[in-house]
Amino acid sequence: MSTVDIKINGRPLTVDAGTSILNAAKLAGVKIPTLCYHSDLDPWAACGICVVKIEGNPRMVRACSTLVSEGQNYITNDAEIYSIRKTVIEMTLADHPQECLTCGRNGTCELQRLAAEYGIREIPFDRNVKRLPKDTSTPSIVLDPSKCIQCGRCAQVCQQLQDVWALEFIGRGENTRLMPVSGLLLNESPCIKCGQCSAHCPVGAIYEKDETQLFFDALIDENKHVAVQMAPAVRVALGESFDMEPGEIVTGKIYAALRRLGVDAVFDTNFSADLTIMEEGSEFVERIVNGKGELPQLTSCCPAWTDYMEKYYPDMIPNFSTAKSPMMMQGAVTKTYYAENQKIDPKDIFSVAIMPCTAKKFEKDRDENMQASGYSDVDLVLTTRELARVIKIAGIDFANLEEEEADSPIGKYTGAGTIFGVTGGVMEAAVRSAYYLITKEELADVNVTAVRGMDGVKAGVVDIKGTKVKVAVAHGMANVKSVLDEVREAKEKGLEPPYHFIEVMACRGGCIAGGGQPYGTEDEVRAQRIAGIYKDDEKSEIRCSHQNPEITHIYEDYLGKPLSEKSHHLLHTHYTPRKVYQK
Amino acid sequence: MAKMTLEDLRTLRESKKGELDKRDTEGKDIHIIIGMGTCGIAAGAKDSLDAFLDEIEKHKIDNVTVKQTGCMGLCYVEPTVEVKVPGMPDTIYGNVDAKTARDIVSEHIVNGKLVDKHIFDRPAKDIVKE
Amino acid sequence: MAVKNYILVCGGTACESSKATEIFNSLKEEAEAQGVIDDVQIVKTGCFGFCEKGPIVKILPEEAFYVEVVPEDAKEIISESIVKGRMVERLLYVDDTQEQKDEFDVEDIKFYQKQVRIVLRNCGFIDPEKIDEYIAREGYAALEKVLFDMKPDDVINELKESGLRGRGGAGFPTWMKWNFTKGADNDQKYIVCNADEGDPGAYMDRSTLEGDPHSVLEAMAIAGYAVGADTGVIYIRAEYPLAIERLEIAIKQARDYGLLGKDILGSGFDFDFEIRLGAGAFVCGEETALLRSIEGNRGMPTPKPPFPAVEGLWGKPTVINNVETWANIPMIILKGGEWFRGIGTERSSGTKVFALTGKINNSGLVEVPMGTTLREIVYDIGGGIKDDKAFKAVQTGGPSGGVLTKDFLDTPIDFDQLTAVGSMMGSGGMIVMDEDDCIVDVAKFYQEFCVEESCGKCAPCRIGTRKLYDILNKISKGKGTHQDLENMKTIGTAMKKAALCGLGQTAPNPILSSLKFFEDEYLEHVDDKICKAGKCKDLVRFEIDADKCIGCTVCARKCPVGCISGERKHPHVIDQDQCVKCGECYAACKFGAITKS
Repeated sequence: MSTVDIKINGRPLTVDAGTSILNAAKLAGVKIPTLCYHSDLDPWAACGICVVKIEGNPRMVRACSTLVSEGQNYITNDAEIYSIRKTVIEMTLADHPQECLTCGRNGTCELQRLAAEYGIREIPFDRNVKRLPKDTSTPSIVLDPSKCIQCGRCAQVCQQLQDVWALEFIGRGENTRLMPVSGLLLNESPCIKCGQCSAHCPVGAIYEKDETQLFFDALIDENKHVAVQMAPAVRVALGESFDMEPGEIVTGKIYAALRRLGVDAVFDTNFSADLTIMEEGSEFVERIVNGKGELPQLTSCCPAWTDYMEKYYPDMIPNFSTAKSPMMMQGAVTKTYYAENQKIDPKDIFSVAIMPCTAKKFEKDRDENMQASGYSDVDLVLTTRELARVIKIAGIDFANLEEEEADSPIGKYTGAGTIFGVTGGVMEAAVRSAYYLITKEELADVNVTAVRGMDGVKAGVVDIKGTKVKVAVAHGMANVKSVLDEVREAKEKGLEPPYHFIEVMACRGGCIAGGGQPYGTEDEVRAQRIAGIYKDDEKSEIRCSHQNPEITHIYEDYLGKPLSEKSHHLLHTHYTPRKVYQK
Repeated sequence: MAKMTLEDLRTLRESKKGELDKRDTEGKDIHIIIGMGTCGIAAGAKDSLDAFLDEIEKHKIDNVTVKQTGCMGLCYVEPTVEVKVPGMPDTIYGNVDAKTARDIVSEHIVNGKLVDKHIFDRPAKDIVKE
Repeated sequence: MAVKNYILVCGGTACESSKATEIFNSLKEEAEAQGVIDDVQIVKTGCFGFCEKGPIVKILPEEAFYVEVVPEDAKEIISESIVKGRMVERLLYVDDTQEQKDEFDVEDIKFYQKQVRIVLRNCGFIDPEKIDEYIAREGYAALEKVLFDMKPDDVINELKESGLRGRGGAGFPTWMKWNFTKGADNDQKYIVCNADEGDPGAYMDRSTLEGDPHSVLEAMAIAGYAVGADTGVIYIRAEYPLAIERLEIAIKQARDYGLLGKDILGSGFDFDFEIRLGAGAFVCGEETALLRSIEGNRGMPTPKPPFPAVEGLWGKPTVINNVETWANIPMIILKGGEWFRGIGTERSSGTKVFALTGKINNSGLVEVPMGTTLREIVYDIGGGIKDDKAFKAVQTGGPSGGVLTKDFLDTPIDFDQLTAVGSMMGSGGMIVMDEDDCIVDVAKFYQEFCVEESCGKCAPCRIGTRKLYDILNKISKGKGTHQDLENMKTIGTAMKKAALCGLGQTAPNPILSSLKFFEDEYLEHVDDKICKAGKCKDLVRFEIDADKCIGCTVCARKCPVGCISGERKHPHVIDQDQCVKCGECYAACKFGAITKS
């Protein structure tokens, strides 16, 4: 790649051609303030905060969207630039409710941080705040348009990264709103509840539905036996809320914190991830070895993805694995196997799931199959962000907690279970066990590196002793279309399917970058969290689901075998075509 | 029609140029040119056009062509009409409503008298011919 | 009885002021006296445009052109020119350079004398629905010339030589846009015509497309040849149905003739058109927003770079120029860049079409060489201010421009001069204000327009336009403060620097420019709470002078809100709380008893 020689504030610097002024300055150790810019997205250039000067040019340009060119000297800071930025911040604040103290983003708000950094003490301009109704129509996400600063990130994420088009710009000029399409309620729109909009919103205009109070209410209720499960991706991200590095594995600290909060049973969704592999892996073996069912098989553990599929690709329903997501499996076995085991009336169990995901709040009630135990298998879903708040409210010194273990009999997990949290992980875990299920032999090297990494679509062939299994992995909803269209086309033409097994995760990077994870997710952070997940896998003594002793027990003691009648009742579901627009 | 060749275009241009210069097609040597841009039409140019045609019919004059053109730029006196009669000054009339149109035919064309109060100007310098 | 001669007396403002009416009357009297009144028709006509030699009298059909005529000359004119059919030698126009008495060329005598019509060359001349008439006027000769005699680089060089700058507002050199697009490596390129004319009061593009659609088509095909594009897209607002219709007719006729389509005139060059209709958003005149709109997205500007020349329509290299720019091109190709450069000023060659409106006698479309002074446009071509009121200022560039005060009447108008004084050329709207116009009111009008037309994408524009409008509104109600005036400058400066596109960057211009030249007037509103022009209704107060009021009750009957009371034959009173400041009473009072302050 060619390079260009430039200067940042007079200091020479050589950067790759095609670098933006913003990123070049970052390399030079100069931070240019931004508000609408997000490294996941193409520069939208709306906020006007990142303006800089090019020496010799009377105009100012946006650092986010202007690429460096040879020989230029970029001035990122002088009194004039400072005053322009300050005015823009003041104008933005003048039209903002300024309810920081009661805002969910208090302390994490990017506008608030800018105001602090620029030392805004009073707003010289008359205020003009528009009060607009909140949209609380989905179980997952709340839209609070009064706080919106029209930065456009949510619509860009929804349209470009996720290809869902639930959110769009409506109206013009000062009446511009970022809203569900056509002025519908979010629940009536194509929204798949992935929550990426909430993870990208710089202010408090889009956020997860806060249900922490329900958790506290359950904890104080003496009649409730509170059982909590925690998803794979939570353990490498929650630490960020307590000043730890992204990717730091805090599994044991979370178990400990949950017990300090008064939780009665601490389980791990990773256990059910192993269970999922047993069911879904066996289902795959049925399809590919015994020809029972359509190929390719599509993974079904991501609720945003299943919602998308039911809306946009209902013809793919026969390809879907009927296995429930690990969360719902965990909920089902908590209120049946565990309840029977511990002789607790399942109606007294309050089943809580800590998830990196907002769609999980929707999934827990998506249809009647989610009450396989006869009760709601999962009573409450809290996102990682909500759990962080709960721990802070409880005053727990999280960073200094001694690590603890999860409870039996549904708390132990393998490395295969933990990698469910990252793109390619479900595929890798499935391959590890499918190899055994097909050949009755163990894989020599369990690392399936072909399906790892951040490429939007990863395809490869896994050789299971002569059985060539064509696999594909897609993450970030917008990347799924090309893969599915390939499958559809082959189907229409009566050709061999291009793939046998496809893994899909709605969010870029997988659950580690889910819509409910701590703020500030960018590729750099994703990489750190992913590294944490693989580290958790590597340090596991057992790295294949079928080797998990608690998995062996649950089949021996309760379920019988994978795909048994009981398994089908508790651990499998079915899908229904849904309209893209619910209204 | 068949696509033109370069020669066809040049021939057509020369033959039409003569016509436009003389503005004399098929023995019609009197021309009424009505400004029919949006502005003219909004100010009533269509009614004026009808009046012209009707009045010419009434007087049984057969050497007049009535044609349209774009906006002449004189927006404050729309509708505008240019009248060319051999031996008389080329004249641009402004505020030509239907009644004025009839007056122009009966006075300017039939009697050779300019319709005084509606005269605005004479046509612009022609950059193409310059 | 046939008229033998026509006497045309100049009735332009300048001649009128030097006794043209008297001359007219004297000529009539003399014709009567000398018994030739039935042989001659004496006509008062528009300005001959030769005002420095006025008053002008012209005799037809002899084409005798008399200058500096005085009423006393009437007798001789009638007796010599009409009765005897001879010239009055001493009155004939002498060209100082040639030292000979000459008949003034008939083609030069016209109101349009100060106009040079390049863009509007065919408007008002040909039937726009007949391609033959366009062809007869050297139409498609420029295309012919480039296809058969010029290489693409020659075309761009000719354009460079001409010095043509974009007529859409910013004045970017046209050849550079073409050259960038030509240099961009891509199989597919586009030529786009920006016909999304949106400045309040500007309509030159509409008139050009309605009057001479082929000139734009021809120019775009020329650009296609020069940069290697085979598709032209015309983006036109749907509010221009007639222009659209005529464009469609023109495209069809040109296709039928083989002047568009495949293998044009056997040259091997292909070019064809699509028309896209816009919904009339002002921001879609901004080129990136326009391209997004063609692509079916929201008409919101995107950052530049990438410039359209490199990454434009559908991500392909695109030349985008506005209607007026296009209309210049065939003449530049035919007559050469040097010819074009000879018109106008050094850095702004050619002409500019202005839509002259407001408090002006002759409102209309005028095309003048760059460098023409405001005085020439307002007084010579525009015929001066209506009702002999005092000239106050001219707003150029519409909502993106600024005011030019009487101090600038003799400033030559071109791109750089206008920018230097804080206004801009814009697309050519020129709105004349007189003493009855309030500068705060005018600025408020433009700001309201910008609030409505801001696309809402970038914060500086979306919030800034509204903030500025709110402040102006306060000032017009007498509630403004010095802090507000400061805030307008602060916000305006931030918008100029930090707004994403031209709309937001120029939206504060009317305010910043009027604050600079009419600060006193703003201060009157702020400190003294008065609006001398009486436009800011909240600051106007109507009162009845009890000494002058005779109690005729006319005002009370005229008042639409019934807030004037009083007994017949006794002084009336206005209830200030109810008064809506409509001014009906003021206009109706025959005794000057109602005061306005």
